[in-house]
Amino acid sequence: MITVSELTKRYARHTAVDSISFNVEKGQIVGFLGPNGAGKTTTMRILTCFMPPTSGTAQVAGFDVLEQPLEVKKRIGYLPENPPLYPEMSTTEYLSFVGSLKGLSGAELRQRIDYVSDRCAVADVKDKLLGKLSKGYRQRVGLAQAIIHNPDVLILDEPTAGLDPKQINETRDLIKSLAGDHTIVLSTHILPEVEQICQQVIIINKGKLVATDSVNNLQNRARGVESLLVEVAGRNGNIDPAAVQRRLEQINGISRVVVKDNRHNRWIFEVDSRKDTLVRGDLARAVVEAGWDLNELRTAAVSLEEIFLQLTGDQPSAPAPEAVPTGAN
Amino acid sequence: MRNTWIICRKEMRSYFASPIAYLLLTMFAFIFGWFFWNILGYFVSMGVASMQRGQMMPMNINEEVIRPLLANVGVIGLFFIPLITMRLFAEEKRTGTIELLVTSPITDMEVILGKWLAAMLLYGCMLLVTALNFAFLFKYGHPDWKPLVIGYLGLYLQAGALLAVGTFISTLTKNQIIAGAVTFAVCLMLWVLEWVSGGGFETAKWAQVLSYMSVINHYESFAKGMLSSKDAIYYVSLIFFGLFLTARSMESLRWRS
Repeated sequence: MITVSELTKRYARHTAVDSISFNVEKGQIVGFLGPNGAGKTTTMRILTCFMPPTSGTAQVAGFDVLEQPLEVKKRIGYLPENPPLYPEMSTTEYLSFVGSLKGLSGAELRQRIDYVSDRCAVADVKDKLLGKLSKGYRQRVGLAQAIIHNPDVLILDEPTAGLDPKQINETRDLIKSLAGDHTIVLSTHILPEVEQICQQVIIINKGKLVATDSVNNLQNRARGVESLLVEVAGRNGNIDPAAVQRRLEQINGISRVVVKDNRHNRWIFEVDSRKDTLVRGDLARAVVEAGWDLNELRTAAVSLEEIFLQLTGDQPSAPAPEAVPTGAN
Repeated sequence: MRNTWIICRKEMRSYFASPIAYLLLTMFAFIFGWFFWNILGYFVSMGVASMQRGQMMPMNINEEVIRPLLANVGVIGLFFIPLITMRLFAEEKRTGTIELLVTSPITDMEVILGKWLAAMLLYGCMLLVTALNFAFLFKYGHPDWKPLVIGYLGLYLQAGALLAVGTFISTLTKNQIIAGAVTFAVCLMLWVLEWVSGGGFETAKWAQVLSYMSVINHYESFAKGMLSSKDAIYYVSLIFFGLFLTARSMESLRWRS
């Protein structure tokens, strides 16, 4: 649905996007991930024909953004970072204006206005002036205008930025529910958002493509081993963490044990184990048999955050988990 | 064409949904009314005076009331044109709605024409308000209507040219005040360019060119009630030039932004 190859956008002094290539399949939700200033907005603006690339090509639904911009624009719904609202219009007037800009008219336009107002939950403010709407409503009206002409591709620039947590969840659910009908590209710098909504993620940093893969693959990539968090406490309130560590290291299948935290004589260890072994039972038994209490045993979620940091190399992080020899005791 | 109309309607709604249009119309009506009342008052008192003296000087209402009044409409319009055009693009750029227009399946020219037409319609409304005053002349006198119509046509063409220039200037900035101020300065310069011919440079080629470019020079014939194609072409080409610059500016906006 979207094909980008060698896309570059140079400004007078810096390169905002540096020869990026990726593909987006029909019907997918793709997360465009990167820190602020990574080139997300620039890439999206090129895809929406807002600005031309310096070099490289981008195609949307088979049409080139430079050669046939009108055809591309017909097939794209775009929500910029700040919803492009006219404060002096009411919600319905606005949707009607955008709808007619996108080529709708008559009964079809009226029907689409009703549909998107309903879908984006803005029907209750349909006669209110946009300038008087709250941030959450403004964002939803923005989404409503993006889908009014039922476009093949939806491009959403930081759709949840500036919303409160409840609104964020509502917006995410709304975006997920739109996935069936549209191919969606959304940009964000919030990692859990990508984990929650997207099937595929494109990570860029400083204008360069860092990784493009499915969310599952990326998570697995960092999860050749499973990290467990184990919280151990002593019966009499005093335990020797070194003893616990030694005991845990003896368990078959555990490759690394480090002390993570210590609160009121409860010690938390991070334990790396081979994924396919049944270490949890052994681990629990070993702790209890040694006379300690096992307070908690859970998987340490490998967040995209870690992957992201590893990939972008912004911060020196722990050695890549793949490096740990899996068979080692 | 359809898209141009959609944009035009949206702009008209912005003018009339906010106080802008009403404020401009009211101020324009008030100021023009003041001019009308004074010029007419002078004309009437001259008439009375000439009768008292027993001289029957021929007085021509077209020459002595309508013609100076129309020239004044042009001058008053000069102050109002920046107020009409300054928001056209500057506001869209400031609020980011320009992104919606540019990413919609319509061409730049349709956007520009729509906006310029809306400005023309608003100015047309202002001219209509002034026409109410002239209606009184027809009730109590017998002015010739043809020079009046041609005078209005000239005013409208002149305004169209200045509105096109203002539309162009509005694309250059996000700030309405700057757009308005620059438009006013440019329109005023275009207005007074012809003074150069009175400054002792009458024969210099460059002075003649500058003088030719002055918008007021080309109004003379319309004011006299003559439809001169040469002057009409001047205004029309200035309109085209202004809109052409607007299109180029909008294009460069994309390359730069």
